[in-house]
Amino acid sequence: MNNSSKINRSGPVLFSEYEKGSSVKKALEMDRQDILFEMKDSGLKGRGGAGYPVSTKWMLTAAANAVQKFIICNADEGEPGTFKDRVLLLEYPWLVFEGMIIAGYTAGAKNGIVYLRAEYSYLQEFLEDYIDKLRKENLLGKNICGKDLEFDIKIILGAGAYVCGEETALIESLEGHRGEPRNRPPYPVNTGYLGFPTSVNNVETLASVPHIIMKGSKWYRKFGTENSSGSKLISVSGDCKYPGVYEVSWGTTLKEILELTGAENTKAMQIGGASGVCLPVSEFHRTLAYEDIATGGSVMIFNKDRSMLEVLKNFMKFFVEESCGQCTPCRIGNVRLLEGVEMIENKNYKPEYIDKLKDLGRTMQIASKCGLGQTSPNPFLSILENFKDEIFSKN
Amino acid sequence: MKKELRSPVAQRPMNVDDPVSKTGIGAQISVELNGVNLKVDIGKSILDVCRENNVYIPTLCYHEDLCIAGNCRMCMVEVEGMRTLQAACAFPITSPLKIKTFSDKVRKARKHMADLLLSEHYGECYSCVRNNNCELQTIARECGVDSYEFGHICEPRFEIDKSSAAVIRDMDKCILCRRCVRTCIDLQEVGVLEAINRGYDTKISTFMDKPLADVICINCGQCINRCPTGALHANDPSDEIWKAIEDPSKHVVMQTAPSPRAAIGEEFGLPAGTSMTGQLNTAIKRMGFDMVFDTDFSADLTIMEEGTELLSRLKKVIVDKDKSVKLPQFTSCSPGWVKFIEHFYPERLEYLSTAKSPQQMFGAVIKTFYAQESGIEPKDIVTVALMPCAAKKFECNRPEMNSSGYKDVDYGLTTREMAKMIREAGLKLPDLPKTNFDEPFGDASGAGLIFGATGGVMEAALRTVYELVTGRPVPFEGLNIDVCRGMKGIKEAKIKLENCKDEFSYLEGVELKFIVAHGTANANHVMKMLIRGELEGYHFVEIMACPGGCIGGGGQPIPTSELIRKLRARAIYAEESTMPVRKSHENPRIKYIYNKFLTDGPGGKLSHKLLHTKYVKRGKYIL
Repeated sequence: MNNSSKINRSGPVLFSEYEKGSSVKKALEMDRQDILFEMKDSGLKGRGGAGYPVSTKWMLTAAANAVQKFIICNADEGEPGTFKDRVLLLEYPWLVFEGMIIAGYTAGAKNGIVYLRAEYSYLQEFLEDYIDKLRKENLLGKNICGKDLEFDIKIILGAGAYVCGEETALIESLEGHRGEPRNRPPYPVNTGYLGFPTSVNNVETLASVPHIIMKGSKWYRKFGTENSSGSKLISVSGDCKYPGVYEVSWGTTLKEILELTGAENTKAMQIGGASGVCLPVSEFHRTLAYEDIATGGSVMIFNKDRSMLEVLKNFMKFFVEESCGQCTPCRIGNVRLLEGVEMIENKNYKPEYIDKLKDLGRTMQIASKCGLGQTSPNPFLSILENFKDEIFSKN
Repeated sequence: MKKELRSPVAQRPMNVDDPVSKTGIGAQISVELNGVNLKVDIGKSILDVCRENNVYIPTLCYHEDLCIAGNCRMCMVEVEGMRTLQAACAFPITSPLKIKTFSDKVRKARKHMADLLLSEHYGECYSCVRNNNCELQTIARECGVDSYEFGHICEPRFEIDKSSAAVIRDMDKCILCRRCVRTCIDLQEVGVLEAINRGYDTKISTFMDKPLADVICINCGQCINRCPTGALHANDPSDEIWKAIEDPSKHVVMQTAPSPRAAIGEEFGLPAGTSMTGQLNTAIKRMGFDMVFDTDFSADLTIMEEGTELLSRLKKVIVDKDKSVKLPQFTSCSPGWVKFIEHFYPERLEYLSTAKSPQQMFGAVIKTFYAQESGIEPKDIVTVALMPCAAKKFECNRPEMNSSGYKDVDYGLTTREMAKMIREAGLKLPDLPKTNFDEPFGDASGAGLIFGATGGVMEAALRTVYELVTGRPVPFEGLNIDVCRGMKGIKEAKIKLENCKDEFSYLEGVELKFIVAHGTANANHVMKMLIRGELEGYHFVEIMACPGGCIGGGGQPIPTSELIRKLRARAIYAEESTMPVRKSHENPRIKYIYNKFLTDGPGGKLSHKLLHTKYVKRGKYIL
């Protein structure tokens, strides 16, 4: 690892030894079904946060009957506090692209699209050069590695909307429409980009694929927990000595993360970005795992000097700003929640009204059209609950 | 013909292929709806299943004429095994489900949605045009809203856009269901309305946020018919009309189109499709209008003029081989359609008949012929047109519509506004006695009456043209040309001209081919066919801007649906079948006016001065 790397800790999974191009060659020797089985056995789940099993997504895409299919790499890394995909794209682009090629081969797609976050536009040229290099190496294009496989990748830039990380909004954006989530069902694996079956996978998910192909699902399962196999890249920010990207095994406790990053006097940890949960010291024994605290990788650390109400206000402002405005609960609900926070801030509130807002938050979680609205009340609910002494005693 | 949708996929339902057999395995799915076991067809939405089984689910963004948006979240139901609630309108049933439509979770969520919408909905019900006919109001009642749980906006956020002659936009009442957007882009393929900005700042807007008058709006008013609240309403001239009625120096003349009569009963609680012609005449006279005339008269006049124009075009093409004359001839009686073609196909205006619409013809006739006959100065005559239409408001204000030297039609009044005026006058329309139309125009022909439904103009024109050419009535039983009728988007048919009269010998053996389309999306389709050269050999095209024709016009009572439009059309056809005169050219008043006033006949010099018009190449560019 050279000194300029942005990765603070390279774990034994994603950053294990790997020969560029080897997984594609190996995958092309395998049966498509065997790849699906291998992926299924590995237990790899979507790393963007939702945790949908990758093998199922690919299988549904593969099973769909269509003249064209698409593999989309979701590089719209917009969750506040995450920056691990950027590092992967910058330092390990081959893992991501090879993951896409294997996905394309498995699902029967000829086209790959990287939906790159607008703020990462400076990466576009570098990535396109890299794609050119892969074309020259016969890993992209026609007759890949001399086999009857055609696959190519293009990069399309987003326009800066957080909601476009949601896969159906991402697809709308790719098609040139307003970035607004679609009704589900139908799911993209059935009706996706331009109406064709589409598998949308996170950068980190795709980057895990070449390792699983090369080293097998058994090897992959050695890391992590029963229900959460492998490792997770986390982006740590906030009040710690060594912020940055870390690869940790699933099952790592929050406490271990604090030790790893040299955090002191920690009061709260926000796991999973703005839409995640905020946990107090008493919960630091809990683990990162799909069965405990699932996360897309954002870890924010707040020490004793931070005002949790301010943290909450910041998050709510973010959601008010980033709601696409399509559905009622998210468009108006978030504004009402932010107003509630401001009422508390101004010490001008009735506790019953705050309870009403909490009730509203719980409705938003089940009534919103997409994941954004369904998770946006999370900080409101978790911070007001977990830090009620601090917030309501002061205010 | 498969219609291509232009709306984003985000607002479309899932496409579930029809099962090979409706009874085979997989074609029917077991559903438990509120504890009741049902078998339903695969692919049906939860909402459809609920409606079929008399389970009521409140909806706001859903409209049966439009594609699915799923954004208001009012129709949420609980589906067992799913963490979140599902929008019933957007959820296709493809596997066995257990559905609860009024569980605690569902009721609470719905009330929250209503509370949230109300918190941003400026204004009070009693100061709103849609009071008592507002879907948000209904929802608030149905969800048990009894206070503003999350506050209520006290100051308006937007300025009301009153720029358009036809449609007024009050965005403070908008709840962002986007029915207008879907109506405009999908149903009408105009696309002047779209959501802009994001999140809380989202609003429905126009190109560059320009006033509606400055964009390519065709004034069809279909958005008004589908707006659940009072955010969109028509530009109401009733105050000025009342003023004119009160003014003793003014002679106020009302002309009523056929469609409002078939629909206005709905405003007074009668079922759709109740004809109110005679009662309406009584109401109009009791309100103080000096005269009430039947627009059907000028519809007959339109047939004479448009039919003559068609025959003259046919002659020029067939006999004179005049390449500059365009066929097929498109009808021009729908002002929404006229503005549509002016904006979208300005290079093809020559296909449009130069005949004015019946409303404008009547205006011109009233201020010339009627003024002359009755000895009233045209400057003292105020003509009001009761129309099912929003675009008529724009049409009567077109600067070229003043061939009598005065504004042909002073005010265009919609069915809804008429109903409002009748209520203001304290009249109970359904209980009024019947009165006939006033002379000298009296009762018109049935051909003019059926102008109200899609295909009506074509049917009326064929009855006259065929008989003029061959000397025999159209070869259809009871003069009912059924191919012109019905709600199919684009109807095509042909009729062979045989044994023609001597002066029309050039038409001998010609197969008259015609097309009927309604809704500008279908019109757009026809125009694309024209551009591709697929209308070669066609002679006449009827286009109505509104779905269903005038009976589905933008000024008609709300709500609208295909069923309601069908019922209104049925009322018109039923009334027509009993009329003594059913051909425009046999209308004695038509003969009278051509004998007495328009003495150089249909298409003559005076006709051209008074009854024909010219069009503007507007294009789509907005400065």
